Amino acid sequence: MHYSSEWDWEVGEKSVADINQWKTKFNWIEEPHASPNGEQVAAIVNLSEGEFNVCVNGQLWQNVFDKIWYLRFAPDGRLTALVSEMGEWTVAVDGVAWENKFGYVWDTRFSQDGRNIVVAVQQDMQYCLARNGKPWENTYQNLTCMAISPDGKRTAASVQTSPLTEGDIFTFQQGIYTAAVDGAAWDKNFVNVWNMAFSPDGQSVAAEVRLNLYDYTIAVNGEPWGHTFDCVWEPIFHPDNGGVFAPVRAGGKWTLAKDGDPVWDRKFVQLWHQMFSPDGKKMAAVVAPKYGKWTMAVEGRPWSIAFDEMISEAIFSPDSTRLAAVGKSNGKYSVAVDGTLWKNSFDMVWKPVFSPDSRHVAAKVENEGRYTIAVDDRIWKESYEAVWDPVFSPEGDRLLLRTLDNGNYVRRIIPLNKLTR
Amino acid sequence: MAEPAKKVEEKKVIDEGLEKGTDRLTPDRIEKVIKQVLEGESGARLKAYVDTCIHCGLCSEACHYYLSHDNDPRWSPVGKVKQTLWEMLKKKGRVSADFIRTTAEIASTECNLCKRCAMYCPFGIDIAYLMLIVRRICHRLGVTPLYIQDTAHSHSVTMNQMWVKGDEWPDTLQWQEEEAQAEIPTLRIPLEKEGADIMYSVIGPGPKFQAQLIYQAAVIMNIAGLDWTMPATPGWDNSDMAMFTGDNEIMGRIKRTHFETAARLKVKRIVMGECGHAFRSIQDVGNRWLGWRMPPIPIAHAIEFYYELLKEGKIRVAKKYAETVTFQDPCNVVRGAGLHEKARDVVNQICENFIEMHPNREHNYCCCAGGGVINCGPPYKLKRMKSNRIKAEQLFAVKSRGAKTLIAPCHNCHSGLEDINHHYELGMDIKFLGDILYEVMEKPES
Amino acid sequence: MNSLYNFVSGPLAWMAFIIFFGGCLFRIISILALVHKKEKFIYTYMSWKYSFRSIMHWIIPFATVNWRKHPVLTLVTFAFHICLIITPIFLLSHIILWDESWNVSWWSLPDSLVQVMTLIVIGSCVFFLIRRLIAPEVQYVTSASDYIILAIVAAPFITGFMAYYQWFGYQFFTILHIFSGEVMLVAIPFTRLSHMLFSPFTRAYMGSEFGGVRHARDW
Repeated sequence: MHYSSEWDWEVGEKSVADINQWKTKFNWIEEPHASPNGEQVAAIVNLSEGEFNVCVNGQLWQNVFDKIWYLRFAPDGRLTALVSEMGEWTVAVDGVAWENKFGYVWDTRFSQDGRNIVVAVQQDMQYCLARNGKPWENTYQNLTCMAISPDGKRTAASVQTSPLTEGDIFTFQQGIYTAAVDGAAWDKNFVNVWNMAFSPDGQSVAAEVRLNLYDYTIAVNGEPWGHTFDCVWEPIFHPDNGGVFAPVRAGGKWTLAKDGDPVWDRKFVQLWHQMFSPDGKKMAAVVAPKYGKWTMAVEGRPWSIAFDEMISEAIFSPDSTRLAAVGKSNGKYSVAVDGTLWKNSFDMVWKPVFSPDSRHVAAKVENEGRYTIAVDDRIWKESYEAVWDPVFSPEGDRLLLRTLDNGNYVRRIIPLNKLTR
Repeated sequence: MAEPAKKVEEKKVIDEGLEKGTDRLTPDRIEKVIKQVLEGESGARLKAYVDTCIHCGLCSEACHYYLSHDNDPRWSPVGKVKQTLWEMLKKKGRVSADFIRTTAEIASTECNLCKRCAMYCPFGIDIAYLMLIVRRICHRLGVTPLYIQDTAHSHSVTMNQMWVKGDEWPDTLQWQEEEAQAEIPTLRIPLEKEGADIMYSVIGPGPKFQAQLIYQAAVIMNIAGLDWTMPATPGWDNSDMAMFTGDNEIMGRIKRTHFETAARLKVKRIVMGECGHAFRSIQDVGNRWLGWRMPPIPIAHAIEFYYELLKEGKIRVAKKYAETVTFQDPCNVVRGAGLHEKARDVVNQICENFIEMHPNREHNYCCCAGGGVINCGPPYKLKRMKSNRIKAEQLFAVKSRGAKTLIAPCHNCHSGLEDINHHYELGMDIKFLGDILYEVMEKPES
Repeated sequence: MNSLYNFVSGPLAWMAFIIFFGGCLFRIISILALVHKKEKFIYTYMSWKYSFRSIMHWIIPFATVNWRKHPVLTLVTFAFHICLIITPIFLLSHIILWDESWNVSWWSLPDSLVQVMTLIVIGSCVFFLIRRLIAPEVQYVTSASDYIILAIVAAPFITGFMAYYQWFGYQFFTILHIFSGEVMLVAIPFTRLSHMLFSPFTRAYMGSEFGGVRHARDW
C-alpha cells in the first residue's frame, strides 16, 4: 500500500510477459514472482550447469551467478535474491551484488518501506546479521530468530555468547544465549531466547526467554518480567504506550499478560498471534476456546464461530473496526470477517486484504489447482494458473490483479463493482 | 544365530545426565515435583489406570524387554510401573534421590513407549502413557540421560534435533540438489515455494548424516512430477525428542514451528520421510499439546506417500528388487497409524519376494530403539542389545526362511535393527523403503 | 445369633447396597468430573463404534491374541467372571430374600447348577491364588492387597457353599456369608475391584484411540 498512489490505476489489462517464450531460452525457469505494482514478473533461470540468472520481463540481469535462490521483491519494488559467486554468497539487488561477500546468507527481510534489506550471515562459522550489505561488528557462534524494527534501521537476533560442545548439557543449562541488538548482546544470558519484537520506534526489544529448563518469561531490553510462567509465546509492543503483551501459560491454560500481569479474564486452550488494531485500541488473537476449536478473540472475547482445524492470517481493517481471518474446517479453507463466515470455501486462501475504507475484504483463493480472487465472498469469474495477492487502489474503487495463465503474465486493473456485483 | 562375539559384563551405566542431576536433588524438591505432576498435571487417565490395574501380569509377554530377559518380571511393563510410579504414589512423593536416578533410567531406557502392551492388557491400560508421566517427573527434576537431554536442548535452540544451524540446512539442500542434478540435470529441490502442494519434511539427522535420503526423496518427487517444496527456515525438522524427555513445552514449541512453517508455505499437506517417532509427534502427541485435535495440515508418512505414487502410476517400477525381503512394522506407523497393509502393498510392488516375520503387523516386536531409547546414547547400547534378543531371534527365523534384506521404514527401527544385526551377527541387509524404491523405479535416461 | 442375623441381613444389608450403588455412582461421576476438569480432550476422541469394537473383542473368550496366548487363564477368567456375577443374582435363596424384603423377584437357576458355578468361582480363586504365588510375572507385582481382594471375592462363595450344605454351624456360616457378601459389595467401588466400573471406560478409550486415531487393532 505504501507506494500504491504512484502506480498506474487505469482500468484495463496489460500483457507484461510471455513466460512460455522464456522456457525456450533457458534450461529451466523457477517460480515466477510479480512485483508489488504488477509491472514486472521475474524468475530465476538456469542458463547451463552452474550458471544462473534472473529474468525480469524477458530481460536478464547483467551478471550471471553460480547459484541464485530466494528471489523476492522488496516492498519498494526492488528485486532481490541471494546469489553465489566463487563459493561466496551475498545479496543482489536489481542484479547488483552487495560489495561484501560472505560464507552464506539467508532469510532476507525488508523494512516496511523496503528501503532496508537485512539477511542472516555466516562467515567463517561465525554468525551475524547484515543490513544493506553491512554486517554487525560482533559475530556469534550461532544465531536464530532474527527480527528487524519496522523502519528496518535496527536489527536483532538470538545469539550464542560462549562456546558449547555437543553433549555439554551443563554449560547449556547455565545459559549461553541472549539477544543481540545491532550486534550488541544484552548483559544477561538465558537458557533460551526466542522470537523478539521491536517497539514501533525501534528503541526497545522484547523476547521470549527460558530462565532454566522450566521457567519462561518475557525479557524487555534484557530485563526479565517479575513473573515466570510454564510457557510463553512471542511478545508484541503496544503501538503507542510501550506496554509489552504476550500469551502466557499457567496451570495448563493460556491467557494474555501485559508487562508480566494477566490482562484478559479468560483462559484458553491455546492463544497466540496477538495483534493490535492500527489505532492501538483493540487487541485480537488466535485462540482455542475449547480443545480442537479455533477462532479469533477480540479483547479476550472469542467469536461465536469456530473452526475445527486452524485459524490464521488475521488482519484488522485500516479503521480498526473490523477483523478478518482465514479458517479451516474439514480440510477446506474459508474467510471469516467479524465472526461471520463466508459461504464459499476453498482449497486454500491467502491473507485477506481490506480496502482502504475498510468496507471490503479481498483474498487470493485456490480451488482445484486454479487460482483467483474473492471479494466479500464473491468469487471472480475467471481463474488462472497463478495469481498474486490483490491490491486495492488508494481510493478503494479498483483492484490490481496480477495473473498468470498459459505463460502469459497480465497486470489487470478491475473496477471493484465488477467484482462485487 | 550367533551369540555376541564377546560377553561383556553388565555394569552400572555411568550417565552424567543422571548422576549430576541426582546430585542436585533434595527430598523437598522431589516431593514437590512428583505432587505437581501427579496431582497437578495428571488427571483421570492416571487415576483410572492405577485403580483399574489388577496386577495380573498379562502385559508381560507383550514386552520385548521381558521376553529378551528370560521372562524376568522386573522387565515386564507392569513391573516397570511398580518400580517407578507405584512407589511414588505409595510414598506420596517422598522417595530418595537414588530412587529417582533408577526411575529415570527405567523410564528412559527400559521402555520404548511402543504401546504393544496396551494391546495385551485386557483393560487397555496405556503403560506408555504412564512411563511418559514418569519421564515428565524426571525432566522436571532435571534427571534425564545426557544424550537425549542434549538433543532436547538442540531442539530448543535450533528447532531441529542435531544442532543444524540456519545456514547449514539450505546449504545442504542446495548441495544435494547439485548432486542429484548429475543424475537428472533439471532436478530441483524447490526451497520456500509458497503454494506448493506438498511440504517435504525430514528429521534432524537427515542433513547431518543421511543427506542421501534427501537426494532420493528429491529424485522421487521430481520423477513423480509433484509440486513440492522444502522450507529454508527452522520448522523443516519433524522430529521431536522433547516429546520423549517429558519436556512438553519444547515439544509444543517445535511442533508449532513445524505446522506454522507448513501453513506459511500454504501447502495442502506435509509429506515426511521414513520416520516413526516424528509421525507420532506430529500426528498424535505434539498437536494435542497445542490444542489441535488432529494435525491442522494433514501428514502423510512415506509409506502412505509411496503407496499413492505407485497406485496412481506416478512412479513406475522398472525392475523389482530381486533379493528376498522381510518387513519390520514400526510401532508408530503401524500400531500408531495402521499403515501395515499399505506398506505390504508397496513392498510387493517393488520387491520380487516378500516373506513375513512373525509376529507381524500390529503385533510385531519393537526395535528397542524407539521412544527415545537409542537417543539416550552409547551408555545404553549394550542394554539395548541384550534387551532385544527376541528381535534377533525373530529376524534369525525369517532369515533362515530366506530373507536377506530387512526393510525398516522408520529411522529408529533402522538404526536399532542395524545395531542388532551387528551385535547378533545376523548378516542382514537393512534398507529403507525409499532405498529400494529409488533403486527400482523407472528413471529417465541421463 | 438371631439378632446378629437380623442385623447383617437387615440394616447392614441396606447399608451395603446403599454404599455399593452410591459408591459406584460416586466413583464413576468423580472420574468423569476429573476428565471434565483436566482432560476434556478425551471426549473428542471417544467413538461408540470403536469403543464397542474393542469391548466386544475383549469380552469374548479367545477373540484377542492375548486370550489365545493363555488358554487356561482365559477359560478360568471368563468362567470366573460369569459365575461371579450370575450366581448371586440368580440364586433362588437370594431371590426369596429380595422378594421378602423388597417384593421383587425373578427367574432363578437350579440349585445344582448354582453349586457347580459356586465351585467354579472358588476353584478360580484358588487358581488365581496359585498363579499369584508361583507365576513370577504376577508374583512380582503382587502385594498384600491383592490377596485381600482375592479373599474378599472368594469369601462369600466359600461361606455360601458351607452354609448351603449345612455341614456345621449353619447359622454361623449364613451370617458370615451375608457379611462377606456385604464386604465385597462395599469393597467393589473402593478397591481395585473397581475395575468392574472402570474397565469399560479404559477399554472404550483405548479402543477409540486405536480405532479412530491410530487406525489399528487393539486386540
